Amino acid sequence: MNVFLDAISLLTTTDSNLLSIVGLSLWVSLIAVFFATLIGIPLGAATSLYEFRGRQFLIVLLNALMGLPPVVVGLIVYLLLSRSGPFGVLGLLFSPTAMIIAQTILIIPIIAALSRQIIDHLWIEYSEQLLSLGATSYRRMKTLIWDGRFSLLTAVLAGFGRAIAEVGAVMIVGGNIDHVTRVMTTSITLEVSRGNLALALGLGIVLITLSLSINAIAYLLKEFAESRQI
Amino acid sequence: MILKSIPILSLNNVCYEASGKQLIKKLSCQFMAGPRCVIIGPNGAGKSILLKLCHRLLNPSQGHIQWYDEKGNKSNSIINQAMVFQRPVMLRRTAAANVDYALSLRGLNKIQRKARTEEVLKLTGLTHLGHFSARVLSFGEQQKLALARAWALRPKILFLDEPTASLDPSATFEIEKVINAIHNSGTQIIMTTHDLAQAKRLADEVLFLHRGQILENSLASTFFAGPTNKFAQAFLKGDLLVWDQKEVKIQGR
Repeated sequence: MNVFLDAISLLTTTDSNLLSIVGLSLWVSLIAVFFATLIGIPLGAATSLYEFRGRQFLIVLLNALMGLPPVVVGLIVYLLLSRSGPFGVLGLLFSPTAMIIAQTILIIPIIAALSRQIIDHLWIEYSEQLLSLGATSYRRMKTLIWDGRFSLLTAVLAGFGRAIAEVGAVMIVGGNIDHVTRVMTTSITLEVSRGNLALALGLGIVLITLSLSINAIAYLLKEFAESRQI
Repeated sequence: MILKSIPILSLNNVCYEASGKQLIKKLSCQFMAGPRCVIIGPNGAGKSILLKLCHRLLNPSQGHIQWYDEKGNKSNSIINQAMVFQRPVMLRRTAAANVDYALSLRGLNKIQRKARTEEVLKLTGLTHLGHFSARVLSFGEQQKLALARAWALRPKILFLDEPTASLDPSATFEIEKVINAIHNSGTQIIMTTHDLAQAKRLADEVLFLHRGQILENSLASTFFAGPTNKFAQAFLKGDLLVWDQKEVKIQGR
Protein backbone atom coordinates (compact mmCIF):
# COMPACT_ATOMS: atom_id res chain seq x y z
CA MET A 1 0.00 0.00 0.00
CA ASN A 2 2.89 2.34 0.85
CA VAL A 3 4.37 1.73 -2.56
CA PHE A 4 1.10 2.72 -4.17
CA LEU A 5 0.87 5.91 -2.09
CA ASP A 6 4.50 6.77 -2.91
CA ALA A 7 3.74 6.25 -6.59
CA ILE A 8 0.73 8.60 -6.40
CA SER A 9 2.87 11.12 -4.51
CA LEU A 10 5.49 11.00 -7.27
CA LEU A 11 2.81 11.63 -9.84
CA THR A 12 1.26 14.56 -7.95
CA THR A 13 4.61 16.24 -7.34
CA THR A 14 5.38 16.07 -11.10
CA ASP A 15 8.81 14.56 -10.67
CA SER A 16 11.04 15.98 -13.44
CA ASN A 17 12.74 12.66 -14.02
CA LEU A 18 9.39 10.96 -14.46
CA LEU A 19 8.21 13.71 -16.82
CA SER A 20 11.27 13.38 -19.04
CA ILE A 21 10.78 9.60 -19.25
CA VAL A 22 7.10 9.98 -20.13
CA GLY A 23 7.90 12.70 -22.65
CA LEU A 24 10.54 10.60 -24.41
CA SER A 25 8.25 7.55 -24.46
CA LEU A 26 5.48 9.53 -26.09
CA TRP A 27 7.85 11.20 -28.53
CA VAL A 28 9.46 7.92 -29.69
CA SER A 29 6.16 6.04 -29.95
CA LEU A 30 4.25 8.82 -31.70
CA ILE A 31 6.99 9.34 -34.28
CA ALA A 32 7.17 5.57 -34.86
CA VAL A 33 3.37 5.44 -35.25
CA PHE A 34 3.51 8.37 -37.67
CA PHE A 35 6.02 6.63 -39.96
CA ALA A 36 4.36 3.22 -39.59
CA THR A 37 1.02 4.79 -40.55
CA LEU A 38 2.54 6.46 -43.59
CA ILE A 39 3.85 3.09 -44.74
CA GLY A 40 1.34 0.67 -43.22
CA ILE A 41 -1.97 2.12 -44.40
CA PRO A 42 -1.01 2.43 -48.10
CA LEU A 43 0.65 -0.99 -47.88
CA GLY A 44 -2.50 -2.53 -46.40
CA ALA A 45 -4.72 -0.78 -48.94
CA ALA A 46 -2.48 -1.83 -51.81
CA THR A 47 -2.53 -5.48 -50.75
CA SER A 48 -6.30 -5.25 -50.59
CA LEU A 49 -6.91 -3.49 -53.91
CA TYR A 50 -4.07 -4.40 -56.27
CA GLU A 51 -3.50 -7.74 -57.95
CA PHE A 52 0.22 -8.46 -58.18
CA ARG A 53 2.56 -11.41 -58.05
CA GLY A 54 3.24 -12.46 -54.48
CA ARG A 55 0.15 -10.70 -53.09
CA GLN A 56 -1.07 -13.78 -51.22
CA PHE A 57 2.40 -14.32 -49.79
CA LEU A 58 2.56 -10.69 -48.65
CA ILE A 59 -0.84 -10.99 -46.93
CA VAL A 60 0.26 -14.13 -45.06
CA LEU A 61 3.58 -12.47 -44.21
CA LEU A 62 1.93 -9.32 -42.83
CA ASN A 63 -0.47 -11.38 -40.75
CA ALA A 64 2.39 -13.49 -39.42
CA LEU A 65 4.55 -10.45 -38.69
CA MET A 66 1.83 -8.98 -36.48
CA GLY A 67 3.26 -11.24 -33.81
CA LEU A 68 6.86 -10.34 -34.60
CA PRO A 69 9.06 -10.96 -31.51
CA PRO A 70 10.33 -7.54 -30.38
CA VAL A 71 13.71 -8.86 -29.23
CA VAL A 72 14.36 -10.30 -32.69
CA VAL A 73 13.52 -6.95 -34.29
CA GLY A 74 15.74 -5.26 -31.71
CA LEU A 75 18.56 -7.64 -32.53
CA ILE A 76 18.23 -7.11 -36.29
CA VAL A 77 18.15 -3.30 -35.92
CA TYR A 78 21.10 -3.57 -33.53
CA LEU A 79 23.12 -5.55 -36.09
CA LEU A 80 22.21 -3.07 -38.84
CA LEU A 81 23.12 0.00 -36.76
CA SER A 82 26.11 -1.35 -34.87
CA ARG A 83 29.55 -0.05 -35.87
CA SER A 84 30.28 -3.15 -37.95
CA GLY A 85 26.82 -3.13 -39.52
CA PRO A 86 25.86 -1.59 -42.89
CA PHE A 87 24.44 1.57 -41.26
CA GLY A 88 26.99 1.80 -38.46
CA VAL A 89 28.50 4.89 -40.03
CA LEU A 90 25.32 6.83 -39.19
CA GLY A 91 26.03 6.43 -35.49
CA LEU A 92 22.40 5.86 -34.59
CA LEU A 93 22.76 3.01 -32.14
CA PHE A 94 21.68 3.82 -28.56
CA SER A 95 19.74 6.86 -29.70
CA PRO A 96 16.01 7.64 -29.77
CA THR A 97 16.20 7.37 -33.59
CA ALA A 98 17.25 3.72 -33.30
CA MET A 99 14.29 3.14 -30.99
CA ILE A 100 11.94 4.81 -33.48
CA ILE A 101 13.29 2.59 -36.26
CA ALA A 102 12.77 -0.58 -34.20
CA GLN A 103 9.25 0.42 -33.15
CA THR A 104 8.33 1.42 -36.70
CA ILE A 105 9.42 -2.00 -37.99
CA LEU A 106 7.43 -3.69 -35.25
CA ILE A 107 4.16 -1.90 -35.87
CA ILE A 108 4.11 -1.60 -39.67
CA PRO A 109 2.73 -5.18 -40.02
CA ILE A 110 0.05 -4.48 -37.40
CA ILE A 111 -1.18 -1.32 -39.11
CA ALA A 112 -0.87 -2.82 -42.60
CA ALA A 113 -2.70 -6.08 -41.80
CA LEU A 114 -5.53 -4.35 -39.94
CA SER A 115 -5.81 -1.67 -42.66
CA ARG A 116 -6.08 -4.38 -45.30
CA GLN A 117 -9.05 -5.93 -43.50
CA ILE A 118 -10.78 -2.55 -43.12
CA ILE A 119 -10.22 -1.62 -46.78
CA ASP A 120 -11.37 -5.10 -47.85
CA HIS A 121 -14.73 -4.55 -46.15
CA LEU A 122 -15.14 -1.07 -47.56
CA TRP A 123 -14.22 -2.25 -51.04
CA ILE A 124 -17.04 -4.81 -50.99
CA GLU A 125 -19.45 -1.91 -50.42
CA TYR A 126 -17.87 0.58 -52.82
CA SER A 127 -16.42 -1.52 -55.64
CA GLU A 128 -19.21 -1.36 -58.21
CA GLN A 129 -19.88 2.33 -57.63
CA LEU A 130 -16.23 3.36 -57.90
CA LEU A 131 -15.65 1.20 -60.96
CA SER A 132 -18.82 2.58 -62.51
CA LEU A 133 -17.66 6.16 -61.94
CA GLY A 134 -14.35 5.29 -63.58
CA ALA A 135 -12.08 5.78 -60.58
CA THR A 136 -8.47 4.86 -61.30
CA SER A 137 -6.69 2.41 -58.98
CA TYR A 138 -4.95 5.30 -57.25
CA ARG A 139 -8.20 7.24 -56.73
CA ARG A 140 -9.93 4.10 -55.45
CA MET A 141 -7.20 3.63 -52.88
CA LYS A 142 -7.28 7.29 -51.87
CA THR A 143 -11.08 7.28 -51.59
CA LEU A 144 -11.21 4.12 -49.52
CA ILE A 145 -8.51 5.36 -47.15
CA TRP A 146 -10.35 8.68 -46.72
CA ASP A 147 -13.77 7.12 -46.28
CA GLY A 148 -12.40 4.50 -43.91
CA ARG A 149 -10.35 7.01 -41.92
CA PHE A 150 -12.18 6.56 -38.62
CA SER A 151 -12.00 2.77 -38.81
CA LEU A 152 -8.34 3.01 -39.80
CA LEU A 153 -7.77 4.98 -36.63
CA THR A 154 -8.35 1.71 -34.76
CA ALA A 155 -5.48 0.13 -36.69
CA VAL A 156 -3.23 3.08 -35.88
CA LEU A 157 -4.20 2.82 -32.21
CA ALA A 158 -3.37 -0.86 -32.15
CA GLY A 159 0.05 0.10 -33.48
CA PHE A 160 0.44 2.81 -30.86
CA GLY A 161 -0.54 0.38 -28.12
CA ARG A 162 2.13 -2.02 -29.24
CA ALA A 163 4.75 0.73 -29.58
CA ILE A 164 4.24 2.41 -26.20
CA ALA A 165 4.18 -0.93 -24.36
CA GLU A 166 7.23 -2.31 -26.14
CA VAL A 167 10.33 -3.06 -24.08
CA GLY A 168 12.53 -5.74 -25.69
CA ALA A 169 13.52 -3.99 -28.90
CA VAL A 170 13.99 -0.52 -27.40
CA MET A 171 16.10 -1.95 -24.62
CA ILE A 172 18.48 -3.55 -27.15
CA VAL A 173 18.79 -0.63 -29.59
CA GLY A 174 18.32 2.20 -27.07
CA GLY A 175 20.38 0.83 -24.24
CA ASN A 176 18.17 2.42 -21.54
CA ILE A 177 20.53 5.39 -21.08
CA ASP A 178 19.31 7.84 -18.48
CA HIS A 179 17.93 11.06 -19.99
CA VAL A 180 18.80 9.84 -23.48
CA THR A 181 16.97 6.64 -24.31
CA ARG A 182 15.18 5.75 -21.11
CA VAL A 183 11.47 5.28 -21.74
CA MET A 184 8.64 4.15 -19.48
CA THR A 185 8.87 0.43 -20.17
CA THR A 186 12.65 0.16 -19.92
CA SER A 187 12.57 2.35 -16.85
CA ILE A 188 9.97 0.15 -15.15
CA THR A 189 12.17 -2.90 -15.79
CA LEU A 190 15.20 -1.10 -14.35
CA GLU A 191 13.44 0.36 -11.32
CA VAL A 192 11.94 -3.01 -10.42
CA SER A 193 15.39 -4.60 -10.52
CA ARG A 194 16.68 -1.74 -8.34
CA GLY A 195 13.83 -2.20 -5.89
CA ASN A 196 12.47 1.31 -6.58
CA LEU A 197 8.91 0.06 -6.84
CA ALA A 198 7.24 3.44 -6.30
CA LEU A 199 8.73 4.98 -9.45
CA ALA A 200 8.07 1.76 -11.37
CA LEU A 201 4.45 1.76 -10.28
CA GLY A 202 4.10 5.48 -10.98
CA LEU A 203 5.33 4.92 -14.51
CA GLY A 204 2.99 1.95 -14.86
CA ILE A 205 0.03 4.13 -13.84
CA VAL A 206 1.05 6.79 -16.37
CA LEU A 207 1.45 4.16 -19.08
CA ILE A 208 -2.01 2.71 -18.48
CA THR A 209 -3.63 6.17 -18.16
CA LEU A 210 -2.05 7.31 -21.43
CA SER A 211 -3.13 4.18 -23.21
CA LEU A 212 -6.70 4.46 -21.88
CA SER A 213 -6.94 8.16 -22.69
CA ILE A 214 -5.76 7.79 -26.27
CA ASN A 215 -8.12 4.86 -26.84
CA ALA A 216 -11.01 6.79 -25.29
CA ILE A 217 -10.37 9.82 -27.50
CA ALA A 218 -10.22 7.63 -30.60
CA TYR A 219 -13.38 5.78 -29.59
CA LEU A 220 -15.28 9.04 -29.03
CA LEU A 221 -14.03 10.39 -32.35
CA LYS A 222 -15.20 7.25 -34.15
CA GLU A 223 -18.58 7.33 -32.39
CA PHE A 224 -19.01 10.99 -33.30
CA ALA A 225 -18.15 10.28 -36.94
CA GLU A 226 -20.49 7.31 -37.10
CA SER A 227 -23.38 9.19 -35.53
CA ARG A 228 -22.91 12.00 -38.05
CA GLN A 229 -22.22 9.51 -40.86
CA ILE A 230 -19.16 11.40 -42.02
CA MET B 1 -41.94 2.78 -84.15
CA ILE B 2 -38.24 3.22 -83.41
CA LEU B 3 -37.65 6.88 -82.71
CA LYS B 4 -34.15 7.00 -84.12
CA SER B 5 -32.27 4.33 -85.98
CA ILE B 6 -28.69 4.99 -84.82
CA PRO B 7 -27.30 2.04 -82.89
CA ILE B 8 -25.36 2.80 -79.72
CA LEU B 9 -24.58 -0.62 -78.40
CA SER B 10 -24.93 -4.14 -79.70
CA LEU B 11 -24.37 -7.51 -78.04
CA ASN B 12 -23.45 -10.46 -80.21
CA ASN B 13 -23.80 -13.97 -78.79
CA VAL B 14 -22.84 -12.74 -75.34
CA CYS B 15 -22.56 -15.39 -72.63
CA TYR B 16 -21.76 -14.86 -68.99
CA GLU B 17 -20.79 -17.65 -66.67
CA ALA B 18 -20.14 -17.57 -62.92
CA SER B 19 -19.15 -20.55 -60.76
CA GLY B 20 -19.87 -22.90 -63.65
CA LYS B 21 -23.40 -21.59 -64.07
CA GLN B 22 -24.39 -19.89 -67.30
CA LEU B 23 -26.31 -16.79 -66.31
CA ILE B 24 -26.51 -15.13 -69.74
CA LYS B 25 -26.92 -17.46 -72.71
CA LYS B 26 -25.88 -16.45 -76.23
CA LEU B 27 -27.64 -13.15 -75.98
CA SER B 28 -27.78 -10.87 -79.00
CA CYS B 29 -29.53 -7.53 -79.17
CA GLN B 30 -29.02 -3.96 -80.21
CA PHE B 31 -29.82 -0.78 -78.30
CA MET B 32 -30.76 2.19 -80.43
CA ALA B 33 -30.39 5.87 -79.62
CA GLY B 34 -33.56 7.55 -78.45
CA PRO B 35 -36.19 5.27 -76.98
CA ARG B 36 -36.18 4.30 -73.32
CA CYS B 37 -35.54 0.61 -73.15
CA VAL B 38 -36.90 -1.27 -70.17
CA ILE B 39 -35.63 -4.76 -69.47
CA ILE B 40 -38.21 -6.79 -67.60
CA GLY B 41 -38.26 -10.29 -66.27
CA PRO B 42 -38.62 -12.24 -63.04
CA ASN B 43 -35.93 -12.40 -60.36
CA GLY B 44 -32.87 -14.30 -61.53
CA ALA B 45 -33.57 -13.57 -65.18
CA GLY B 46 -30.15 -11.94 -65.57
CA LYS B 47 -31.34 -8.33 -65.84
CA SER B 48 -28.71 -6.84 -63.54
CA ILE B 49 -25.96 -8.95 -65.08
CA LEU B 50 -26.96 -7.77 -68.54
CA LEU B 51 -26.72 -4.13 -67.43
CA LYS B 52 -23.36 -4.75 -65.77
CA LEU B 53 -22.07 -6.39 -68.95
CA CYS B 54 -23.21 -3.39 -70.98
CA HIS B 55 -21.65 -1.01 -68.45
CA ARG B 56 -18.40 -3.02 -68.52
CA LEU B 57 -18.52 -3.90 -64.84
CA LEU B 58 -18.45 -7.52 -66.00
CA ASN B 59 -16.72 -9.04 -68.97
CA PRO B 60 -18.57 -11.56 -71.11
CA SER B 61 -17.32 -15.16 -70.95
CA GLN B 62 -18.04 -15.40 -74.66
CA GLY B 63 -19.33 -13.12 -77.38
CA HIS B 64 -18.71 -9.49 -78.10
CA ILE B 65 -20.12 -6.13 -77.09
CA GLN B 66 -19.79 -3.43 -79.72
CA TRP B 67 -20.07 0.28 -79.07
CA TYR B 68 -20.96 2.86 -81.71
CA ASP B 69 -20.08 6.54 -81.93
CA GLU B 70 -22.61 9.35 -82.24
CA LYS B 71 -22.83 8.86 -85.99
CA GLY B 72 -23.54 5.16 -85.62
CA ASN B 73 -20.08 3.98 -86.71
CA LYS B 74 -18.37 1.14 -84.85
CA SER B 75 -16.12 2.57 -82.17
CA ASN B 76 -13.34 1.08 -80.10
CA SER B 77 -13.77 3.60 -77.32
CA ILE B 78 -16.67 3.41 -74.93
CA ILE B 79 -18.97 6.40 -74.95
CA ASN B 80 -19.75 8.37 -71.81
CA GLN B 81 -22.03 6.24 -69.68
CA ALA B 82 -23.17 6.00 -66.06
CA MET B 83 -25.07 3.55 -63.90
CA VAL B 84 -27.34 3.77 -60.88
CA PHE B 85 -27.68 0.67 -58.76
CA GLN B 86 -30.61 -0.86 -56.92
CA ARG B 87 -29.04 0.06 -53.60
CA PRO B 88 -27.41 3.49 -53.82
CA VAL B 89 -23.83 3.58 -52.62
CA MET B 90 -23.12 6.88 -50.91
CA LEU B 91 -19.60 7.91 -50.11
CA ARG B 92 -18.95 9.15 -46.57
CA ARG B 93 -19.27 12.84 -47.35
CA THR B 94 -22.00 15.39 -47.97
CA ALA B 95 -24.60 15.03 -50.71
CA ALA B 96 -22.97 17.82 -52.72
CA ALA B 97 -19.51 16.30 -52.21
CA ASN B 98 -20.78 12.99 -53.60
CA VAL B 99 -21.67 14.72 -56.87
CA ASP B 100 -18.46 16.72 -56.78
CA TYR B 101 -16.44 13.52 -56.33
CA ALA B 102 -17.94 11.94 -59.45
CA LEU B 103 -17.15 15.08 -61.45
CA SER B 104 -13.59 15.22 -60.13
CA LEU B 105 -13.03 11.75 -61.60
CA ARG B 106 -13.94 13.19 -65.00
CA GLY B 107 -11.26 15.85 -64.64
CA LEU B 108 -13.48 18.92 -64.23
CA ASN B 109 -11.98 21.87 -62.40
CA LYS B 110 -13.34 23.21 -59.12
CA ILE B 111 -15.45 26.00 -60.66
CA GLN B 112 -17.02 23.67 -63.25
CA ARG B 113 -17.70 21.06 -60.56
CA LYS B 114 -19.37 23.55 -58.25
CA ALA B 115 -21.59 24.92 -61.02
CA ARG B 116 -22.63 21.49 -62.23
CA THR B 117 -23.22 20.15 -58.73
CA GLU B 118 -25.50 23.07 -57.93
CA GLU B 119 -27.28 22.57 -61.26
CA VAL B 120 -28.09 18.88 -60.78
CA LEU B 121 -29.02 19.28 -57.13
CA LYS B 122 -31.48 21.98 -58.20
CA LEU B 123 -32.84 19.85 -61.05
CA THR B 124 -33.43 16.93 -58.71
CA GLY B 125 -34.81 19.09 -55.88
CA LEU B 126 -31.97 18.25 -53.52
CA THR B 127 -30.42 21.70 -53.08
CA HIS B 128 -31.62 21.96 -49.47
CA LEU B 129 -29.92 18.65 -48.65
CA GLY B 130 -26.60 19.45 -50.31
CA HIS B 131 -24.69 20.06 -47.09
CA PHE B 132 -26.07 16.99 -45.26
CA SER B 133 -24.09 13.79 -45.01
CA ALA B 134 -25.32 11.63 -47.91
CA ARG B 135 -25.60 8.61 -45.65
CA VAL B 136 -28.18 10.20 -43.34
CA LEU B 137 -30.60 10.86 -46.21
CA SER B 138 -33.64 8.63 -46.63
CA PHE B 139 -33.40 5.74 -49.08
CA GLY B 140 -35.49 7.65 -51.64
CA GLU B 141 -33.34 10.77 -51.28
CA GLN B 142 -30.19 8.69 -51.61
CA GLN B 143 -31.49 7.14 -54.81
CA LYS B 144 -32.36 10.59 -56.13
CA LEU B 145 -28.86 11.73 -55.22
CA ALA B 146 -27.42 8.70 -57.04
CA LEU B 147 -29.40 9.81 -60.12
CA ALA B 148 -28.15 13.39 -59.67
CA ARG B 149 -24.57 12.12 -59.40
CA ALA B 150 -24.96 10.13 -62.58
CA TRP B 151 -26.74 12.97 -64.38
CA ALA B 152 -23.98 15.40 -63.48
CA LEU B 153 -21.66 13.34 -65.67
CA ARG B 154 -23.92 14.13 -68.65
CA PRO B 155 -23.83 10.54 -69.87
CA LYS B 156 -24.96 9.48 -73.32
CA ILE B 157 -26.36 6.31 -71.76
CA LEU B 158 -27.64 5.85 -68.25
CA PHE B 159 -28.12 2.31 -66.97
CA LEU B 160 -30.61 2.00 -64.14
CA ASP B 161 -30.79 -1.24 -62.22
CA GLU B 162 -34.23 -1.42 -60.58
CA PRO B 163 -33.89 2.11 -59.23
CA THR B 164 -37.20 2.03 -57.35
CA ALA B 165 -37.11 -1.56 -56.10
CA SER B 166 -37.41 -0.70 -52.40
CA LEU B 167 -39.33 2.56 -52.61
CA ASP B 168 -42.89 3.54 -51.75
CA PRO B 169 -45.20 4.99 -54.46
CA SER B 170 -44.49 8.64 -53.67
CA ALA B 171 -40.70 8.12 -53.72
CA THR B 172 -41.11 6.05 -56.90
CA PHE B 173 -43.01 8.92 -58.48
CA GLU B 174 -40.18 11.33 -57.59
CA ILE B 175 -37.55 9.01 -59.03
CA GLU B 176 -39.53 8.47 -62.23
CA LYS B 177 -39.85 12.24 -62.62
CA VAL B 178 -36.06 12.54 -62.47
CA ILE B 179 -35.62 9.63 -64.90
CA ASN B 180 -37.92 11.35 -67.39
CA ALA B 181 -36.07 14.64 -66.93
CA ILE B 182 -32.74 12.91 -67.59
CA HIS B 183 -34.17 11.27 -70.70
CA ASN B 184 -35.57 14.59 -71.92
CA SER B 185 -32.14 16.15 -71.53
CA GLY B 186 -30.86 13.76 -74.19
CA THR B 187 -29.59 10.79 -72.24
CA GLN B 188 -30.45 7.31 -73.43
CA ILE B 189 -32.11 5.31 -70.63
CA ILE B 190 -31.70 1.56 -70.33
CA MET B 191 -33.27 0.26 -67.15
CA THR B 192 -34.40 -2.93 -65.51
CA THR B 193 -37.50 -3.51 -63.46
CA HIS B 194 -39.83 -6.31 -62.50
CA ASP B 195 -42.61 -3.81 -61.88
CA LEU B 196 -44.92 -4.07 -64.90
CA ALA B 197 -46.77 -0.86 -64.08
CA GLN B 198 -43.49 1.02 -64.05
CA ALA B 199 -42.47 -0.57 -67.34
CA LYS B 200 -45.77 0.62 -68.84
CA ARG B 201 -45.13 4.14 -67.57
CA LEU B 202 -41.52 4.43 -68.67
CA ALA B 203 -40.83 2.08 -71.56
CA ASP B 204 -40.65 2.94 -75.24
CA GLU B 205 -39.19 -0.50 -75.91
CA VAL B 206 -39.38 -3.66 -73.85
CA LEU B 207 -36.91 -6.45 -73.63
CA PHE B 208 -38.26 -9.51 -71.82
CA LEU B 209 -35.50 -11.56 -70.28
CA HIS B 210 -35.88 -14.97 -68.71
CA ARG B 211 -33.16 -17.32 -67.46
CA GLY B 212 -30.47 -15.38 -69.30
CA GLN B 213 -32.21 -15.29 -72.65
CA ILE B 214 -34.17 -12.63 -74.47
CA LEU B 215 -37.59 -14.07 -75.17
CA GLU B 216 -39.22 -10.92 -76.47
CA ASN B 217 -37.88 -7.62 -77.81
CA SER B 218 -40.49 -5.21 -79.04
CA LEU B 219 -42.04 -1.79 -78.77
CA ALA B 220 -43.77 -1.22 -75.44
CA SER B 221 -47.17 -0.76 -77.09
CA THR B 222 -46.82 -4.08 -78.94
CA PHE B 223 -45.53 -5.91 -75.90
CA PHE B 224 -48.28 -4.76 -73.57
CA ALA B 225 -50.95 -5.37 -76.24
CA GLY B 226 -49.93 -9.02 -76.37
CA PRO B 227 -46.46 -10.55 -76.43
CA THR B 228 -45.85 -13.53 -78.68
CA ASN B 229 -43.76 -15.58 -76.27
CA LYS B 230 -45.75 -17.78 -73.87
CA PHE B 231 -43.55 -16.95 -70.86
CA ALA B 232 -43.86 -13.24 -71.55
CA GLN B 233 -47.62 -13.69 -71.84
CA ALA B 234 -47.67 -15.52 -68.51
CA PHE B 235 -45.46 -12.89 -66.84
CA LEU B 236 -47.72 -10.13 -68.13
CA LYS B 237 -50.77 -12.02 -66.88
CA GLY B 238 -49.21 -12.18 -63.43
CA ASP B 239 -48.55 -15.92 -63.44
CA LEU B 240 -45.49 -17.22 -61.66
CA LEU B 241 -42.64 -18.59 -63.73
CA VAL B 242 -41.23 -21.41 -61.62
CA TRP B 243 -38.03 -23.26 -62.43
CA ASP B 244 -38.13 -26.84 -61.16
CA GLN B 245 -34.52 -27.78 -62.09
CA LYS B 246 -35.59 -29.25 -65.45
CA GLU B 247 -37.95 -26.82 -67.05
CA VAL B 248 -39.88 -23.64 -66.49
CA LYS B 249 -43.43 -24.14 -65.32
CA ILE B 250 -46.12 -21.53 -65.42
CA GLN B 251 -48.16 -21.41 -62.27
CA GLY B 252 -51.32 -19.42 -62.72
CA ARG B 253 -54.70 -19.55 -60.99
